[in-house]
Formats: sequence, C-alpha cells, structure tokens
Amino acid sequence: MKNPYIPYEVKILDARYETPGDRCIKTFKVTFADEKVWDTWSHLPGQCAMVGIPGVGESMFCISSSPTEKGYLRFSIMKMGKNTTALHELEAGDSFYVRGPLGNNFPLEEWKGKNIITIGGGIGQAPLRPVIQWIRDNREDYGELTVIYGARTSADHCFKDEFEELNSCGDACCHLAIDVEEEGWPHFVGFVPQLLMEVSPSPENAIAVTCGPPIMIKFVLQNLEKLGFTPDQVYTTLENRMKCGIGKCGRCNVGHLYVCKDGPVFSYAQIKDIPEAFA
Amino acid sequence: MAAKKLSKEKVQEALQELTKFRLIAPAKSDEVVIFKQITDPGEAFLDYGNSTVPPKKVVFPQTETLFRFQRGNPELREKNVEEEGTTVIFGLRPCDARAMSIVDRLFSWDFEDPYYLKRRELTTLVGLACNEPPSINCFCTSLGGSPFGKEGLDILLTDMGDHYLVQALTEKGEKLQDILSAHLEDAPAEEEKKAEEMAAQAEGKIARSINTEGIPEKLPTLWEHELWKKASAACLGCGICTFLCPTCHCFDIQDEVEEMGEGRRARMWDSCMFSEYTLHASGHNPRPTRRERTRNRISHKYSYYPKRFEVIACVGCGRCINLCPVNIDILEILEQVVDAS
Repeated sequence: MKNPYIPYEVKILDARYETPGDRCIKTFKVTFADEKVWDTWSHLPGQCAMVGIPGVGESMFCISSSPTEKGYLRFSIMKMGKNTTALHELEAGDSFYVRGPLGNNFPLEEWKGKNIITIGGGIGQAPLRPVIQWIRDNREDYGELTVIYGARTSADHCFKDEFEELNSCGDACCHLAIDVEEEGWPHFVGFVPQLLMEVSPSPENAIAVTCGPPIMIKFVLQNLEKLGFTPDQVYTTLENRMKCGIGKCGRCNVGHLYVCKDGPVFSYAQIKDIPEAFA
Repeated sequence: MAAKKLSKEKVQEALQELTKFRLIAPAKSDEVVIFKQITDPGEAFLDYGNSTVPPKKVVFPQTETLFRFQRGNPELREKNVEEEGTTVIFGLRPCDARAMSIVDRLFSWDFEDPYYLKRRELTTLVGLACNEPPSINCFCTSLGGSPFGKEGLDILLTDMGDHYLVQALTEKGEKLQDILSAHLEDAPAEEEKKAEEMAAQAEGKIARSINTEGIPEKLPTLWEHELWKKASAACLGCGICTFLCPTCHCFDIQDEVEEMGEGRRARMWDSCMFSEYTLHASGHNPRPTRRERTRNRISHKYSYYPKRFEVIACVGCGRCINLCPVNIDILEILEQVVDAS
C-alpha cells in the first residue's frame, strides 16, 4: 500500500487570482506530474487534500473541482500563513505537492432526486463549487439547484464568471449578495442569512449545504430552521488545524469526531450537540 | 511453550546474546531511568521502578524523518524503517506494553501508519512484572491492567529472587525464547502458580484507584462544568503530562531545510496542552485557554478514544501525576467527573 505521508507532485496548468487584497484567493488548476497517478486517483465532491511544498509545509484544502471535470484538479487558496504565502508565489508551469484524496464527501448519491440549495460565503464557496459542478454534469439526477452566495464586496466574489454562466444556461438559479451597497450592483445588498430568507427555499424534498465563515453559518443554520429544514436536511463542512490528515496526529477533533477522517462533511444532525464543532 | 527460568547470573550473557539485535533496556541516566539502546549488557539496570520516559519512543520516536528531499529535485526519499532492524525492548513494565497495544489501534485504524507499524512488527517486547507497584500513584488495575499484566507483551519475566521466571506469550516471544535457550533452564515446578499468587499480592498493593464505569459517557455532558476551570487553574501548559504519557500519540509535522537545500519532512511529539496545537493560520484558536485544553486531554483519553477504539487511552502508570510540576492529579480530576452533577 502507498505510504499515506508521501505526496504526489502536481504541475500547475493555470493559476489566477479570484480576489484581490492581503488575503487574496488564488485558484490553481493542476495535473499530476506523473500522469499514471490519474489511474488510481478518485475523489468525490467535498473531499480534501494536503497541499504544500517540501521545505515549507502542507495544509488541508478542499478540492474545488468535481471529479466530472477531467484531467485536472482545482484548489482555491486564500493567502493566510506561511504555506499559503509560498503557494501564492507559484505560477503556471511550477509544481507543488498534493496528498489525498482525504476525508469524506457530500452524499450526492443519497441526494438524487432532491432539490439542492447551496449557501456560501467568501472562500466557503470552494467546497460548494464541486457540488454545483457535479449536479450540472448529472443534471437529470437532481431537482432544482439554487445557489446563494455572498461576499463583502463584488471584488471579493470567487468564481464570478461561473455564476453568470450558471444563471444564463438555466442549470441553476443564482442569488448573489454583497455586504455594502456598490454602484451598479444589480443583486442583493446584505448578509447571506438575510438573502436566504429573501429567497426562502422550500424544505420539501430539499437539501441545504452551507459553507462560509462561522458567524454566517450560525445565522444560516438558525434561518434554515425557521424555513422548516430539519437538521438531517442540512450539511456543512468543518475545518481545523491539521497535520496528518489521516486520523493520527490528534489535533483536528471536535469532540469525538476527527474533522480529517469523519469529515470535513457533516450533517447538522451529526454535530449540533457537539459544542466544539462551533468553537 | 513451557515456562523457563533465567538465572540472575546468566542475565548478562543473555543480554549479550540479544545485542545482535537493536537491544533497548532500562538504563540509568543522571538521576532517572530511561530506555536506551545498549551494546554493553552492564548498562542494563533491571532493578528499577519505572522509567521516567516511557519506552513508546522506541516505536514512536520523539522526532522521526518521514521523507527527505532536495530542493529543485522532485524525488522524495521515503525513510526506510526496516533499516533500523529487529529490536528487543527488554524489561519494560506491563503498563507500558499495554499502552502500545492501545496505541496500535490508532495507528492501524483506517489509514495504516507505515512507520509505526513497521517498527512494531520489528519489535519484541520482553516485560518485567512489578512485584511491588513502582509508584504510590500507580493505578493500572483500574484500567484493566495489572502489575503482572501480559497484554501487549511477547515474554513476561517475573523476578523470583535468584532468577527470573520466563513465560513466552506470543509466537514472537517463543522465537526469542528459542534464541535465548542456551541461557535458560527449565522453570521449577509450580513456579507459574507461585507467580500468580505474587500477582494477586502485587495487585493488592496498588494504592490508588478510580471506578471508570460511566466516565466515557458522562464526560461530554460536563462540557461547561466548572470543574475544568478548577482542574486547569494551576496548569503551566508545559505538556509533560502528555510527553511522558505512554498512550499519548499526538504529533506535529514540520519541514526542515538544511544545508544546500537538502531537507526532510519530520514528525515529532506534540501536545494538546500547547496553544499552538490547534491554532488556525487565521489566528483563531478553538481551544484558546488551558481550560479547553485540559478538558480535551481528559476527554480524549477517557471518552473519545474509548468511543472509537473501545479502550480508555490511559494505563494508570501514574507518570502524569508523579511528574507534573504543579501537582495536577488526573485521578482527582476523574473523581470530580464522577462526583459532578
């Protein structure tokens, strides 16, 4: 069996900034340096990988592409600490290292036939993107797709082109928000939990998936409850500092659950009684 | 396999025989006893209580290389544990062997940890029963262990005065006993029965205890209980309770770049009692104070671990009590858990 601590080298096919600023987000499209890795690699939406550079370190990121997108993996990475700063210096043609796929996935098989609502904020759209892409690529298996997404300003929106395309092609109904009024902004102004109430999706035969900053998640969960969603209809992802990513090194636990192994995907029913999940 | 005896006069020659392997034995180091590799049988110090640092470091080193790399070269050179060779830990205490069998569950759960498991495969454990509890804070019997416990051991030695009773417990143990056969004699009749009586006596001398029944289920219900503030008030966050715990297994992974871009990715012991352990890159820390960290340490050992692996991650060796600089006592904390309402 392959040593789970040894990463694969990947080559950057394309690198571009999603957002500006000190905590900018850069999306990398990569392929394995050794093409043969593709023969054994298989991931599902929601799964993660340790991403890094030998000599710098590695950190856990969601794989922001769906396995239905062939020939590459995507990672959307916010510049935050030592490792992400080093990764941001890389451009097309450079390489970094990836260990995975790790963790569990969104239960998209179970969700077949249901209406799906994604509710994202900021970089939280990264784990939701493969869900949306998966549904688009298996469109007849799912009901209505509603995409709710917000960020502080229009410049802070990730995957801008994709939302436009998504709306125009009719695969989904997109609802976008920014926190503060901007000239020429045609969509909602306000926070994501408020936009959720505006859109007011029906809980009937529906699944809501939400990822974003903790304060957003807190109010989204409250509002979903008001809309009639039960905890087992609501999914989110958790994150914590990780080192091994394979359930050994200890630190990422929330209560008895390892975020790296039992997560990152959890239903609200699974974690609502674990206070550390919201710490 | 029939029990044997190892005359104390022949211990040195038996150990000499074992130096053809990587032989690890208790040895004096300044004021304390530690487990270390010995090449001279005279270094072994078997007349000891228990080691300050548990022998877990033999199978789970304090720092170990995962792979080496050269900047600019995509090749990653995996550490080959096999090179360390066959290892014998001679004279470890039953609690520390049992601790390894507990930690095995973690390292073989789901993803197999190749470094740890390879070392375990290469290592034979020769235990030494505790005729007397080594410390006033021993409480192994509360956790399903015993001063004469066999769990995790390949051979159990019992000090019978002028000789050791040698009982092989596993296939690995039988192999090692065969290797030592020139130095062994048949055990006197009834000796195993005598050892059982000694075991009962030793168990009776364990002074401290805790009734663990119900603790794993109760701990999560005490999340906001005031006991955590009290239990952690004196804590300095030094981490010695976890570093010297035979079942603590948490580690960090760090990259080190040496000269000329040659470097390694290594893992090293880490402690849930350190603030950086859970610190996010954003600056957010889900366990910001020693209260949350103490709660996690106790809950991990006594609730989360048994929930997943069906065994409490504590063997009652008493090190965390004996060596805490501010006298924090895990049994006192557990008693508060039991009494809490």
